Amino acid sequence: MAASGSSLKSYLLVRIAMVIPTILILLTLVFLLMRVAPGNPVTAALGGHAPPAVIKELTHQLGYDRPLYQQFGLYVWHILHGNFGTTITDKRQVTEIILQNGAATLELTVAAMIVALLVGVPIGLLAGRFRDRPVDAVTRLFGVVMYAMPVFVLGLLAQILFGSILNWLPISGQASPLTTALMTTHTNILLMDAVIDGNWPAFWDVFDHLILPATTLGLVFAGVFIRLVRVNVIRTLKDDYIEAARARGIRERAVVYRHAFRNALVPVITVIGLEVALLMGGAVLTETTFNWPGIGHALYIYLENRDYAAVQGIVIVFGLVVVASSLVVDFISALIDPRMRYK
Amino acid sequence: MTEPVVSVRDLRVYYGTPRGPARAVDRVALDIAPGETLGVVGESGSGKSTLGRGILGLLPEGTGIAGEVLYQGRNLVGMSKEELRHMRGPELGLIFQEPMTRLNPLLRIQEHFEETLRQHHPKLDRDEIRRRALEALGRTGIPPTRYKQYPHEFSGGMRQRIMIALALVLKPKLLIADEPTTALDVIVEAQIIRLLADLKKTSGTAVMLITHNLGIVAEACDRVAVMYGGKIVEEGDARKVFANPVHPYTRELLRSTISLETKSLHTIPGAPPSLITPPPGCLFHPRCPDAMRVCALKAPIEQRLEDGRRVQCWRHGPAEAIPDGGTEPLEREEIAVANEA
Repeated sequence: MAASGSSLKSYLLVRIAMVIPTILILLTLVFLLMRVAPGNPVTAALGGHAPPAVIKELTHQLGYDRPLYQQFGLYVWHILHGNFGTTITDKRQVTEIILQNGAATLELTVAAMIVALLVGVPIGLLAGRFRDRPVDAVTRLFGVVMYAMPVFVLGLLAQILFGSILNWLPISGQASPLTTALMTTHTNILLMDAVIDGNWPAFWDVFDHLILPATTLGLVFAGVFIRLVRVNVIRTLKDDYIEAARARGIRERAVVYRHAFRNALVPVITVIGLEVALLMGGAVLTETTFNWPGIGHALYIYLENRDYAAVQGIVIVFGLVVVASSLVVDFISALIDPRMRYK
Repeated sequence: MTEPVVSVRDLRVYYGTPRGPARAVDRVALDIAPGETLGVVGESGSGKSTLGRGILGLLPEGTGIAGEVLYQGRNLVGMSKEELRHMRGPELGLIFQEPMTRLNPLLRIQEHFEETLRQHHPKLDRDEIRRRALEALGRTGIPPTRYKQYPHEFSGGMRQRIMIALALVLKPKLLIADEPTTALDVIVEAQIIRLLADLKKTSGTAVMLITHNLGIVAEACDRVAVMYGGKIVEEGDARKVFANPVHPYTRELLRSTISLETKSLHTIPGAPPSLITPPPGCLFHPRCPDAMRVCALKAPIEQRLEDGRRVQCWRHGPAEAIPDGGTEPLEREEIAVANEA
């Protein structure tokens, strides 16, 4: 017990230490990408017809005329102090965008991930357990259709059906204008803000707004999970320790639940971490479809305007989220699978 | 003779293949006495593993099984899945060829024992489970300090000891060991075999030791059954069989073993028979150096010799069933073709 306990701790410490170089590489890559990307941020910001003197003045003001290593040093220094700068186009604090729009995206992606797991994992387990039976065929078809469907197509269909035809759910925005006006801000995550205030009408209004975008994004990823979980269950049911458990007269239900399902979910957890990155990409489209004031939506707008300061900050946040989620996933994997700790 | 633990009668196991059913076990009869160690030997594909699993009813779905496996007066063949499950563990244990992958990597050794004991003895309390588990582990040489460790913290030999302890903790009357040492090195192999051989002294458990290693059988087994093409071709006291094999296949198999005196390797020419389209007559006749004409025509009838041994070979009769001229040496097909030309 003591041995495996301390090995878990040392594994986690090493894993956390590995985050530092990962982040440095991330920062460097983003910095360089911004410098090699086509177009000049200054001219883009000024609208393209500015006099050379103004361009030169702004270039100097933004520090783009300094040597690259100085720019890089300054950039890392600022970021380490939580200063992501100001957007060039609309002079907003990038930190503010990250906090406000990021909170909306966090709300959406977490809800979507919950939908994806709640739908994908049980259906995948069922399909794998009853392989090649009718239930498997039906769920596989469902999974493929969901996965193949672009997020905006599914979103539009959902908007037409549940919004326009049935008129059950709101199809746009994060909350009704009235709710937004009456709410106080604590975390920028509207659901949590409503809970903190005990403002239940606001909570349900936000919740209603969340249902369609979260389900749309969640179902696309549920398609991935169905297939992934199914394949892993089928593979695990062929494992030697499954046969060994049966040879000891363990009842089939325990064999399937305790041995097959648990072991089948280990690789799935790793993939969940990777899916978070894709989920953020999917969020850009979902946010645009549902007019969701998220960070993906903001990225899309600032990219169009070549606002490099804003894009740089948002891309770094995306990268940090991916780094953090893979860290969390590795923690969970190490807790579940003792073999992971000895790498 | 005391009442056997398990009596196998006329057991047949068929695997469905795209080219037709394969008779992996073909009309096998066998008795295993309490506390006895029975060796089952044969080449790969001779049906020895299928026989072991067939006894426990642990065959892949869609496998055909017929005949009788009598255990305490009840036929295990045709028993419901649930009844059979209750037999596996407390009555009939099974250990496997590759111990490395037979324990669930996510569960501690402790959890394996708890699950197994709770399944079959739901009323045991925690302390009693622990006591029984540690006792079984102790008998196989695993110290109690390692009870809470995970499978990957053990070597192959130790995992096989754990598998044996996991079977023994339920006190089965018969333990079927399917090539338990094939994946282990020789020193570990010797330890495991000694452990299995000691079982009859310490617990009276009968062991069916499936192996292709004749040395193991000579060392550890009371009786030996030699399988070829899904049939038991010779069965009897292990020492007698080794000292004086009566079936040509047993003899050739013994000649093929390697020892310090071996100067050149002896092999049995040809390949094991097809189980889907077996040769006519005796399955071994295409490879048999002693084959007679009758061997290619009729399947041999099992004979019991004076020393209690059973053998399926026309050289041991019955003479009245052999047609005239049947004892002439078999002319091989190659020769026959040459003569025609």
